[in-house]
Amino acid sequence: MSGPSTYVPKSAIGRWFESRLPIMGLMHSSFVAYPTPKNLNYFWTFGGILSLMLGVQIITGIVLAMHYTPHVDYAFQSVEHIMRDVNWGWFLRYTHANGASMFFIAVYIHMLRGLYFGSYKAPREVLWILGVVIFLLMMATAFMGYVLPWGQMSFWGATVITNLFSAIPLVGESITTWLWGGYSVDNPTLNRFFSLHYLLPFMIAAVVVLHVWALHVSGQNNPTGVEVKDVKRDTVPFTPYATIKDGFAMVVFLAFFSWFIFYVPNYLGHPDNYIDANPMVTPAHIVPEWYFLPFYAILRAIPDKLGGVIAMFGSIAVLAFLPWLDTSRVKSASYRPVYRVFFWVFVVCGIGLGYLGAMPAEGGYVIASRIFTVYYFAFFLIIMPLLGLFETPKPLPASIADSVLARGGSASAVAAGAAHAPENK
Amino acid sequence: MTMIKTKLSLTILGLASALVAGPVLAAGGHDTMLPERQPWSFAGAFGKFDRAQLQRGFQVYREVCSNCHSLKRVAFRNLSEEGGPQFSEAQIKALAAEYKIKDGPNDSGDMFERPGRPSDKFPAPFANPEAARAALGAAPPDFSLLAKARGYSRGFPLFLVDALPIPGGAYQEHGPDYIVALLNGYSKADDPNWNDYMPGNKIAMAAPLADGAVDYTDGSPKTLLQYSRDVSAFMMWAAEPKLEERKKTGFRALAFLLVFAGLLYYTKKKVWADVAH
Repeated sequence: MSGPSTYVPKSAIGRWFESRLPIMGLMHSSFVAYPTPKNLNYFWTFGGILSLMLGVQIITGIVLAMHYTPHVDYAFQSVEHIMRDVNWGWFLRYTHANGASMFFIAVYIHMLRGLYFGSYKAPREVLWILGVVIFLLMMATAFMGYVLPWGQMSFWGATVITNLFSAIPLVGESITTWLWGGYSVDNPTLNRFFSLHYLLPFMIAAVVVLHVWALHVSGQNNPTGVEVKDVKRDTVPFTPYATIKDGFAMVVFLAFFSWFIFYVPNYLGHPDNYIDANPMVTPAHIVPEWYFLPFYAILRAIPDKLGGVIAMFGSIAVLAFLPWLDTSRVKSASYRPVYRVFFWVFVVCGIGLGYLGAMPAEGGYVIASRIFTVYYFAFFLIIMPLLGLFETPKPLPASIADSVLARGGSASAVAAGAAHAPENK
Repeated sequence: MTMIKTKLSLTILGLASALVAGPVLAAGGHDTMLPERQPWSFAGAFGKFDRAQLQRGFQVYREVCSNCHSLKRVAFRNLSEEGGPQFSEAQIKALAAEYKIKDGPNDSGDMFERPGRPSDKFPAPFANPEAARAALGAAPPDFSLLAKARGYSRGFPLFLVDALPIPGGAYQEHGPDYIVALLNGYSKADDPNWNDYMPGNKIAMAAPLADGAVDYTDGSPKTLLQYSRDVSAFMMWAAEPKLEERKKTGFRALAFLLVFAGLLYYTKKKVWADVAH
């Protein structure tokens, strides 16, 4: 997607078409000739996996929408109709419902990879920010999708989350009424959530195109964080090298995904969502889907409602400022011994917040949530800016090729006569 | 490199635990006991319903539970479909005809009653939840999804095991286990509304089953435990009628994906063989 294409059409029709619309050249330079650093590890396959998941969600979603009825009296029933009477309906619904979780597993790995290897740093700031926009759109889409079956958790989750907007001073109540299309979560809410749930994935797809475009302008980061210096020595063409590796990773991911669809399809769900929505009966614990739990914990950690809402949205917004909050000259945590420790504490803190988000908001759980919330923000707002100034990074390799050769050399000395240098997985 | 590997596996471990930290079910009241795991034929990757058990479970539903509980999402025809109790079509026709179904309006604009057909859904014992509440003091929940709409948490760290393909893992039978426990959980003779397993221990329904309540004809023990297992299995089928098809398809899908992944792995190795990376 960057620079003039080296693509040469082989047929006369190809040449005729290419001179009028160079789309084949675009495809060729983006997915065939595109130079990828040769030292990428398997964490770099999650971009491809995420594109696959977006495709899976859109396709299953379009078919599900053919059988689903977005009306408070029929939504739950139509989902059961899909499960019982539509050919392969159970497969479509379980794939779509678990697909959302798989999408988030992949995106969290993708984001943490970026955080670890400094993929947000110059010249990839715009690329990173586009990623944050995709993440926000994903969260909105997933939240509205969870409301559609109109079970107890759907209804009460929608009630809790939309009520957050009422915390906004002066206009909060009006905004909430506007979101609901009435004075409570009801049929207009369900209708508009369905409409938006169908719209947003296509917006995600559009931002993904921008994300890939930006990626192909700046080039991929790599585990050393050292930029490509010599395309010949440091990189390999996307096809066949990255295509086959991404393809392998996708199939492994699909196997993992299939385990959930076919054998534990309700593991990630909540039993209460198999009960029709009932505005008169509140569930004992209202719990969002697992992928929202860390943010839900941050929301509940703050004793003030408005403060909680600001903290929750702030915890995502802060990601957009990461390229400027991190003052280190070195990208990859492999060469940042101190940052590495703080990074892993951050990961543990995120998991801890996820656990606390599922627990009742009382006693020790709230105190723990507060400690973790403080660390969450301190990591971005204090540790990252200061660490870049005080940390002494390890020496960087001169180039990607040099780092690969250094590794290959020492490894082959150990395993002399081995057919291949061990892979860095 | 080893360090990177360790870190990478740490990441995976971390994300895996984040993933499973989610579905922590509401544990209910603090005094409730955790249900015991039952030996279900339909558990595990190769699980299948036991036809005879489903048929007995249906008998329990029909003779006891259906006096109060509806089964509104299940049609008579479902009982003869593959993967269920698999009654014969003749049996289902005869069964359906025993029920009175409200239909209409007819040409003169009147509603009328007619004998049921296999395509009809099970009629509810009460016209609406309000009528049920007026008669019984509380509206009994519909049976169609109850086995999936109930559950309990095994708590950390066992809930992690529930997701895994290991012995004792892949646990999806929280609902049926809970229902068996509930039916056997009336432990206080002086308090018919006390139940060891109900969240909060107060249940509107008094013990519905007792030894000898239903007359089995296949020689199965006429005990409360047997009844509760049979009816719970039936409820699981009612909630998930495509369970067998799902597990069967899953085996094929996973076998294909694993072989395909293996082929891709070796292709990938071959493609990368001449590149130091």
